[in-house]
Amino acid sequence: MINRRRFIATGTSGLLLGGCDRLNNSAQFRGVLRSAEKLTMASQRLISPRDALAREFRESDISPIFRSNGTRVPGTDEYAQHAAEQFANWRLQVDGLVTHPLSIPLRALRTLPHKTQITRHDCVEGWSAIGKWHGVQLWRILQHAGLSTRAKYIVFHCADRFGDKNYYESIDLVDAFHPQTLIAWGLNGHLLPIPNGAPLRLRVERQLGYKQAKYIQRIEAVASLAGIQGGKGGYWEDNVDYEWYAGI
Amino acid sequence: MDDAPVIDEPIDAEPPAPPPSGIAYRHRLPTRLWHWLNALTVFIMLMSGLMIFNAHPHLYWGQYGANFDHPWLSFHGRPIPGWATIPSTYNLAAARRWHLAFAWLLSVPLILFLVTSFLNRHAQRDLAPTGEEVKPSHIWHDIREHAQLRFPTGDAALRYNILQKLSYVGVIFVLLPLMVLTGLAMSPAMDAAWPWLLDLFGGRQSARSIHFICAGLLLAFILVHLTMVLLAGPVNEIGSMITGRFRVPPSVGEEA
Repeated sequence: MINRRRFIATGTSGLLLGGCDRLNNSAQFRGVLRSAEKLTMASQRLISPRDALAREFRESDISPIFRSNGTRVPGTDEYAQHAAEQFANWRLQVDGLVTHPLSIPLRALRTLPHKTQITRHDCVEGWSAIGKWHGVQLWRILQHAGLSTRAKYIVFHCADRFGDKNYYESIDLVDAFHPQTLIAWGLNGHLLPIPNGAPLRLRVERQLGYKQAKYIQRIEAVASLAGIQGGKGGYWEDNVDYEWYAGI
Repeated sequence: MDDAPVIDEPIDAEPPAPPPSGIAYRHRLPTRLWHWLNALTVFIMLMSGLMIFNAHPHLYWGQYGANFDHPWLSFHGRPIPGWATIPSTYNLAAARRWHLAFAWLLSVPLILFLVTSFLNRHAQRDLAPTGEEVKPSHIWHDIREHAQLRFPTGDAALRYNILQKLSYVGVIFVLLPLMVLTGLAMSPAMDAAWPWLLDLFGGRQSARSIHFICAGLLLAFILVHLTMVLLAGPVNEIGSMITGRFRVPPSVGEEA
């Protein structure tokens, strides 16, 4: 009986500790775990009205300091030049599967009708910060450009680099046309600070922080994410295996 | 369920009373399946959850909370050691894959079990405390019996005692649903779909704190539960959760 007890005890801890690491190294098992991402996305989309809004907060709910994370200053000479010019020559390219590719000067973008929203930013690590964002709804930009019916994803190419790779992110059209999805140029009543993504960043309010691409230079409409960098739709998705759908 | 054969009824339902020292059918199949699925799932959820906690080991109350705000609980570095996390070395992405996949195995069977146990009256018949049992004198008596490691024998061993009922009801109907709901309240997409989640818990960071506290209570339950199984006779107890059949301890009178 002692043996049986010991067998159960060592079996259990061995299975839990060694076994989980071994399973985690198995590509097949990771594939099984990864299928939960599709299940979660399908379920959340099923129960969410397409335009279900993220909670908008009051001025008094705003975090005293909005924490920045990831890149705090893009380290390229090109970006340093733009920052020195206060982004006067920054342009937003819009191309890919669109009928009218655009190259919008930052100044022109800031004169487009804009939306202000006080929303919560949720980092994948667990913390949250609330800020007031000012920006152009992405659907307006896509409408100007004339999105092709073949487009399925919107890709955001960024100026910050991790090693030899450029940061990028992508969302599907449900989120791209959501009324709270902004190309934001302001935070808490000021132009975006550099640590928070100056001069332009994405707000996609029903997903986690790493989807909120900063330092956006180019928006590309594509039919598939396969040909872009690692093919998984984002820097962290390609390199660390974060979920592409970050709704949870 | 009413026309099920007698063997499928929990023995404490009504007479026919079992022979006092015989073999009694104690746990029905849904209970046994759910128990062993949870035995695996809850450990994976706790250990992958502790890895996720390592990514930002600070807890706050309210809608927001980050490094410049005021946590009510805060650790330096990565406080949870590798032997307690999945995976055993720091990897937030992998821990999230485990946690958010096994969350389905925790929440869907939980809902099924809650519905089933009301429909087959397991909840009302076996788990709900009776008026007599919740009297302070009765509870105090049971605490004293437990403290002296005197466990029920004969007929009484076939019913859950009040301390068991309170802890099972607490885990099944309070802690586990809270784990799932506070987990959902941390999802930005769920907060848009079901904004009442934020109001229920007073904000995403409050929900995260409650999630952590409930995980701690669940761990405490597991430790007490395993201790009680060992003290009450692990072979009979574990065996009955596998086969459903429980060897009834002879009542004191007969033994003497």
